[in-house]
Amino acid sequence: MGWLLEIKESCFIAWEAIRANRLRSALTALGIIVGIVTVTLMGMTLEGLNVAFRSNLAKLGAETLYVQRIPWEIRSYQEWLRYRRTRREFDWFQARQLERRITNAAASTLMTEGRFTVTYRDRSGSRASVIGTTADYELTTGVELAEGRFLLAQECDGGRPVCVIGSLVASNLFLNESPIGKRMRVASESVDVVGVLSKRGSFMGQFSLDNQVLVPAKFFVEALTRDSEFSLQIKARSAAHLPALEEEVRAVMRILRRVPPSAEDDFAINQQQSILDSFGRVSTIIGSVGFFISGLSLLVGGIGIMNIMFVSVAERTREIGVRKAIGAKRRVILIQFLTEAATICLAAGLVGLGIAWGVSFALASTLPVSMSPGIASLAIGVSIAVGVISGFLPAWRAARMNPVDALRNE
Amino acid sequence: MPLISVENLSRRYLMGGETIHALRDVSLAIESGEYLAIMGPSGSGKSTLMNLLGCLDSPSSGRYELNGSRVSEMDDDQLAEIRNREIGFVFQTFNLLPRSTALQNVELPLVYSGMPAVARRQRAIEVLAQVGLAERMQHKPNELSGGQRQRVAIARALVTRPSIILADEPTGNLDSRTGDEIMSLFAELSVNGNTVILVTHEEEIARHTRRIIRIRDGLIASDQTNISPPPTPGAHTDTGQPMVP
Repeated sequence: MGWLLEIKESCFIAWEAIRANRLRSALTALGIIVGIVTVTLMGMTLEGLNVAFRSNLAKLGAETLYVQRIPWEIRSYQEWLRYRRTRREFDWFQARQLERRITNAAASTLMTEGRFTVTYRDRSGSRASVIGTTADYELTTGVELAEGRFLLAQECDGGRPVCVIGSLVASNLFLNESPIGKRMRVASESVDVVGVLSKRGSFMGQFSLDNQVLVPAKFFVEALTRDSEFSLQIKARSAAHLPALEEEVRAVMRILRRVPPSAEDDFAINQQQSILDSFGRVSTIIGSVGFFISGLSLLVGGIGIMNIMFVSVAERTREIGVRKAIGAKRRVILIQFLTEAATICLAAGLVGLGIAWGVSFALASTLPVSMSPGIASLAIGVSIAVGVISGFLPAWRAARMNPVDALRNE
Repeated sequence: MPLISVENLSRRYLMGGETIHALRDVSLAIESGEYLAIMGPSGSGKSTLMNLLGCLDSPSSGRYELNGSRVSEMDDDQLAEIRNREIGFVFQTFNLLPRSTALQNVELPLVYSGMPAVARRQRAIEVLAQVGLAERMQHKPNELSGGQRQRVAIARALVTRPSIILADEPTGNLDSRTGDEIMSLFAELSVNGNTVILVTHEEEIARHTRRIIRIRDGLIASDQTNISPPPTPGAHTDTGQPMVP
């Protein structure tokens, strides 16, 4: 008898057997349904996070280097403390020197950040993130203006007291009036508002990009604080130029910071790729832990299936005897019961998938989840596998039954 | 060469550390086309002999050849194939699959022999008509009378054109009138050239056959030709008129 025919006949027999025990089959399937729902939701969430992270990160630009004191990838708090203690600050002077000496860059923007209280007349906003930068910032980060204009190159060179504010700052401080041309305070310094940024939302839901005030870097250093940490964003002409650019930056930085030839770099050249890599590692860990946990619920479900299949085999001992007497080989009986277990699990898997699909709509507002064909086929594959694995022992017992004893069974 | 050739067949069971000799050195030959009964009280070893002849069980020692195949040396799957091809079982309790229709029950042996769906349906319909159930093919066993169920079981036994029909107390669960109907069906099968072996403890049933083998304590106590079998319903087709006892 051909395999295909065997499976087909077994499916028919299995379906009959399941229909005959509807309630029992449904209850047994419940465990698998729960397992499949958790596996599917887990997979969808991970995939959603991945997509969201990558699209957020893409905003940083693939061909951009970030020169800073401390690398983005830090494995422990101790490591971070060590960098803080041992590495000299990357200051305003070095950042400007570096910017001037680099020849391979398409564009560069220096940046520093601090948190200061912002006020307008008697209205005092909470502390805002004040960013000292240059006119290039508009190009390299791609921010858009809702009102007014961005900082001009002359204003930045001269360190003029002007600013562009984020939409949250604007709505907090200015009620029913346009902020353009108004004089507000950052810490104790007066600055004139020249532009308002469009609403940008938040990065991964973490820190708001709208609670910002952008001022010329020179003004930041001269008026707000001298010892501030700088970073320099350097954009390569293309991704292919990135290694050469990185080499040049490294060489210039070592000279600027007087790093002895044998010593390690005391600065970091960060790239989007390194974040992607570490995110990849983290999501692999989250994924394996998550799948382990949802695997446990599938294990419990599988034990339920095994249990009910043992009952089914015991109940149908006589039927097995008859089938053997009229010529069913061991393999045929084995396949029959494996198919029965797999069918229950497949049906449960489909139900679970349907539930997860429904839940994904409910979650869509808070989590970036979506059902993909890959996850759907994973869920279906897993449910069939659970059926076959947990059905094997009962099916094996059925296949090995002695026909004389089986027929004698009452 | 006989259809069935059994030489020094023994079957021992181990039960609670004690060896039970269910069958001791039984030898016997059955020719193709014979109609015989194996008789004996319960515990005599007649069921053991039936299980061995039916290839459901393997002997502890001895030789069994069925239709030229040496059955005594086969493994489980080979035995299953032999049962499918050579033997049609009829049981006392019918043993039909309760959730399948009469037609599906009769088709089942052909499913296991790998016959294509259309051909096997045709063959099953043909055999059901032969046992007089052409009208009730789509009924499930619980919608059929006892006699009808046993007819379905006989159709299932016949469907693969086996070399032996092996019936274990086939009338045991039927009233005497239905039992007579079933017995005349067996007689008809015998007349049509089938080899029929009945296993029974009822003299009345055994009297229908032409040879009676009596088993006692695991040995053949007697093996006689039945000199006065009752008339067989198919017999008149040979002579043109019914025989009178």
